[in-house]
Order: sequence, then structure tokens, then C-alpha cells
Amino acid sequence: MGQQIINGLFLGSIYALFALGYTLVFGVLDILNLAHAAVFMLASFFALALSTQLHLPIAGALPLTMVLAGLLGLLLERVAFRPLRGRADSNIAGLISSLAMATVFEAIALEVWGPNIRRFPEGTLPAATVSFRIEIPLVGGSVSLLQLAVISVAMVLVLGLTFLVRRSRLGREVRAVAESPRAAQVLGVNVDRTIAASFFISSALGGAAGILYGLSYNAISPDMGGSVELKGLAVIIVGGMGSMPGAVVAGFALGLIEVFVVAHLGASFRDAVSFAALFLVVVLRPRGLFGAASMREA
Amino acid sequence: MLDALLSFYDSYQSTVAYVGINALLALSVYTSLSCGQLALASSGFAAIGAYASALLTLRAGWPFPLVLGVAVLLPAVLALPLGLPVLRLKGVFLAIATIAFGEVIRIGLINWAYVKGAEGLVAIPQKTSVWMIYLLLAAALFVLGRLRGSKWGFALEAIREDEPAAQTMGIPTGQYKLSMLVLGAALAGLAGALEAHFTFMVAPNGFTFRRVVDMLVFAVVGGAQLYWGPVAGAAFLTILPELLRDLAPRVGIEPGPLRLLVNGLLLLLVILFLPSGLVSLPRQVRRFRAARSPE
Repeated sequence: MGQQIINGLFLGSIYALFALGYTLVFGVLDILNLAHAAVFMLASFFALALSTQLHLPIAGALPLTMVLAGLLGLLLERVAFRPLRGRADSNIAGLISSLAMATVFEAIALEVWGPNIRRFPEGTLPAATVSFRIEIPLVGGSVSLLQLAVISVAMVLVLGLTFLVRRSRLGREVRAVAESPRAAQVLGVNVDRTIAASFFISSALGGAAGILYGLSYNAISPDMGGSVELKGLAVIIVGGMGSMPGAVVAGFALGLIEVFVVAHLGASFRDAVSFAALFLVVVLRPRGLFGAASMREA
Repeated sequence: MLDALLSFYDSYQSTVAYVGINALLALSVYTSLSCGQLALASSGFAAIGAYASALLTLRAGWPFPLVLGVAVLLPAVLALPLGLPVLRLKGVFLAIATIAFGEVIRIGLINWAYVKGAEGLVAIPQKTSVWMIYLLLAAALFVLGRLRGSKWGFALEAIREDEPAAQTMGIPTGQYKLSMLVLGAALAGLAGALEAHFTFMVAPNGFTFRRVVDMLVFAVVGGAQLYWGPVAGAAFLTILPELLRDLAPRVGIEPGPLRLLVNGLLLLLVILFLPSGLVSLPRQVRRFRAARSPE
């Protein structure tokens, strides 16, 4: 029981991190970036390449990969979203153009790294990070150093983003654009630059989630994005459109629920939970559990 | 000449069949798109049609025409309770709800022991012939073609362009949207049954999120403004991999990634520069030429 809570929190921290970037762009642009999972996957491969070919320690590869993932985000914004801005069908068109970019990213990964599962070579992480486990007395389970590191990195990034959006100038601009791009423009906000910055941050976070996922399960493949793309969607919808605390809470909740479902009902029911929850929330309460009432969806 | 044609047909028979099946699937997404709704439940409906038909053939031994009838009607009936709540949603939310529906169906099938779970049903007798697929496709196109220019067709266009305005003019938008979802479900179920009785098998992983995305891509690349756009898109994108297989060694990229790359780039170019799809290309070229030619 205690062990399941720990494992659930661990899985949930990765979901939360992935969904946070997803919802940042969803909240600002009101468009679903279906290439987010492809960035997650490519970042994982970047980290692998940096640590195997350039022999960077993983602590150095992480920030570098996040920057690379952020650049992918800038590319996405420039190619798939900016040209569509202002078009009447930009909602559906953006969905399709981001899907197109996701397909291109997957093609690149498939060509460069092949379809098989790749793994970090032994010694990428000190052996102690997996073998050394810390007992957690009250809950009655143990956590490995790697799990602890993943949860901490995820938490630092979540808090960092929250601070950025709440307190910084960029955060104020992002919130202004989310409210009304036109009004923000009139008040002197550079809308194009703000949206590009949101994409950079969003993709960097998605990339970080990818690296952490790749490290913890030590399995990287071109189709690994599939394991999070629809679940990330479930997390942001259940948490509430554009609500960052909602995405984090729903991410952790999904991680916990999945671990319990696997333990008590069997692994094949794991994905059913997120989609059933997604369906019910969209139909019954489209604004999500934490979303503010809005005219957009109903 | 005839011999060459026949041998060509023999080696490409399954491609020819898949052009027809994919065209039906693309039309099943198009029906909702034609009134501006992005409903992505078609993989779920195709699964229902495929499994229902396979069970009726394998376990009950029903005649094939009757089996196809059930594969059309069952998803159509099930589309009603799905459509009533989800069609209140708009844009991306409708897409998400319908994607979730498809995934729930797929995962339900994986966990249903009676239909052999993830393995799926095998050894389904091959009862689908290519002429059957095209006859049914022609029938579907006939129905959709008759809508154009009719009162019904104008209502759909009005809803697509501006739903609140259409509603204000007294068009019962909800009924129209639901009818098109039901029609799409029927087409998807039919395609699923035809496919199941062509490939000898059905399995849950044939009805993933990726599959419905493919259907959407067929419709959008071909052109979702006209009823034959999705058919053109399905034909083009189903034949394309065959052409790319020969091209792949020459450009030095593996066929799998090359197909993905071309698909992705094509989709991007179409959505950015040809929002009305490939079928609008001749018109765009003419307009471009006319603009450039001296007076």
C-alpha cells in the first residue's frame, strides 16, 4: 500500500511535468499542440545521444536537452502555429498542423535511431541511485535515489514555472495574452514574442518529462510519446483548461490511480481509467475540476 | 495489354481494396466535418462494426448481407446516446471527448475475454470482394452527393460557417449534427465489417487513436469541403506508400520513416497553403495563373 503510494507519486510527477507544458500553451493559445508528445520523445533521444556520444554526465545533459527541446518548441510555433493565426478555422487547423509536425518528428527519430527500444548504457547513472533505497517510515515503503531525484527535479520545475507565471514580467504578459491577445497588444505586449516564449518553456518542460521518463524506465523508442500523449490530454482536461495547479494535481492523481488499478485490477485496465475519467469530465464538467467557468467550451 | 492489367491488379488487389475501405472511413469523419464538427469517434464505430460482424459470421453463421446490415445499424444506433451529450461540446472539446470514446471502446475490447482480448478474432472467412467495397462506396457517395444543393446540404453549410447564426434562422442545428454523426458511424461500421471480412481478422490495435487520425488526414488532405475530397485523399495517401517503397532506396531513407516524413510534410503543406485540400489544387493553380497573366 505504502509502496504503491510512492510509486504512484513518482509516476504522477512525470505526468504532471508533461501536462504542465501542455496546458501552458493550451491556456495561452487555446490550441492543442499535438506535437508535445513528439517533443517529449525527441528530447529523450537527445539526452541519450548527449550522454553516449558526447559523454556528458546526465546532470549536464538535462539542462542542455531542455534547451534543445525548447528550440523545437520555437520551431513548432514558427512553422505550425504562427502562419495559422487569425484564420477562422485556426483551432482545427492548428490541431492538424501540429499533428503533421509530430509525424515529421517521429519520422526523424525513426530514421536516425531506428524503431527498436534504446537504453542508456550502464554507468550513466551511478549504480547506487537504483540500488540504494530510502525507507519512508510512516507510509511503509521505500524510494530509490533515482525516484527521489526525478520527483525533486519535477517539483523544482513545477515550482519554477509557477513562480515564473505568477511573479515575472513574462508571466504577466503570458496571462495577459491568454486573456485577450488584442487587449495585450494595445497595452504594449509583444504578442508574437510572448507566444513564442510560451512555446519554448512548454516544450522545455515536455522535454524534461521525456528525459526523466526515459531515465526511470530506461526505454526510449520513437513511439514512446504514445504512452503520454492522450494521458497528458486527460490530465489537462480533468485538471481544468489552462489551470496549472489543476494539471499538477490531476497528474499526481492519475499516477496514483494507475498504480492502484494495476495492482488491484490488472495492467490491461490501466489506460481505461484515464480515458473513462477524461470522457466523463468532458461531458459532465467541460471546464474540468479546477477550471474557471468560461464561455469557450459550452 | 489485358494480361498486364490483370497481373497489375493481382499484385495490387489489397491496395485497391484498401483505397475503398479507407475512402469509407475518411467519409465517416467527413460527415461531421461537413457541418463543422470535429468528431473523432470513427475508430470506435469501425471497431463496433468489425467485431459485431465478425461475431455474427463466426459464432452465428449469418449470411453476409445481413451481417453488413447489422454492422451499419449497430454503430448508428449507438451513436445516438454518444452524440446527445458530446455534440453540445465545441471544437477541440468535441474532438477530445470522441477520442476518449474510441479509446474506451478499444480498451474494453482488450479486456473482453469473449472476443479473445488483445489477440482479437482470427480465421474470419473472406467474404468481402473488391466490387462489393466499391459498390457500397458508390452508394455512400450517391447519398452524400444528393445532399449537396438540397435543403439539407444548405443547412449543413450554414452550420459549418456560423452555427449561432444558423440556429437563429431556425435551423435545428442539434438534429443535423446528430444525424451526420449517426451517418458517419454507419459508414465507419460498414468499413470495419468490410475490412474484417477482407483481412481474415480483427484486433483491438487496429482501432487506435492513430487510426482515426489517419482518417482525419485522408479527409483533410483530400479536401473536406466537397464530398469526394476525402475519397481523393484516401486514394492518394493509400497509394503513396506503394510509390515511396520504390523511391526509398534512391533517396537513402528507410521506407517506414520516408512514408511518415512525406505524410507529415504533405499534411503541413496542405493545411498551410491549401485549406480546401488537394481537390482544390486545380482551381488554385488556375487562379494563380490568371492573376499572373498580363491583361
